[in-house]
Amino acid sequence: MINQVPVSYYLLLGAILFSIGAGGVLIRRNAIVILMCVEMMMNAVNLTFIAFSRYLDSATGQIFVFMVMAVAAVEVAIGLALLVELNRHKQTVNIDEINSLKG
Amino acid sequence: MEQTLFLLIAAISVIAALGVVFNRNVVHSALSLLVNFCALAVLYFMLNAQFLGIAQILVYAGAIVVLFLFVVMLLGAELGEKVTSWLTVQNGVMAVLAVILLTVIGTAVFESVIQGARGDFTPEAVQQYGQVQLVASALFTDYVLPFQLVAVLLSVGVIGVIWLAQRHQQSSARREFHD
Repeated sequence: MINQVPVSYYLLLGAILFSIGAGGVLIRRNAIVILMCVEMMMNAVNLTFIAFSRYLDSATGQIFVFMVMAVAAVEVAIGLALLVELNRHKQTVNIDEINSLKG
Repeated sequence: MEQTLFLLIAAISVIAALGVVFNRNVVHSALSLLVNFCALAVLYFMLNAQFLGIAQILVYAGAIVVLFLFVVMLLGAELGEKVTSWLTVQNGVMAVLAVILLTVIGTAVFESVIQGARGDFTPEAVQQYGQVQLVASALFTDYVLPFQLVAVLLSVGVIGVIWLAQRHQQSSARREFHD
């Protein structure tokens, strides 16, 4: 089976999704949406890994994606637990209002 | 045929990604994220990564998005920020930064020549032995140490989350005791 889609298409799609995620982290002020955008960036990197794994005929990329998925699951669990705890203290998830360390 | 499917799925995933960023309601953002994850799972299937496609749907769509939705409902944070307009100077600057990032990565994609040692994970081998068997044999031989480290990481995550969630109960119990 010859794959008809060039690898650069997949890499470009990964780049677009990564940039949208990075832009979302910069634009949004809601901490939950920021975490979602971080997940999206990780997914873009996963897509790049799998594209390379397919085009270089190597299983290594898929194993790295496996690791990234585990890290993403742990990261989102801890991040959301921190947000819940923060919400108990400050009653907000808007990062502009979480500025206690600011002088 | 395959190219058409790719372009369709790519368009869906990009639109869903934009939906995550630009939806005012956080629940709608989470549902757009679900669409994005499922579109990427289809791309994984197209790229000979069936196991990871299933894992993507199970872990991301099944666990992470549900966790997001739980937390949004728990905090009642559907509208965490009052967005009147997206067209502010600050957002413009941030969008320009994102476009610059995209330009840099895109240039890197198109200017570089992709080469490397070819492995034995060919479509023929996948047809003969099965994709899951090949990935598992690599995971449990060459990469068994990272695999064990992932187990440690997951344990640390579980213990950390339990500690974070319990600390508040302890401190409130102590407060009641002092009262």
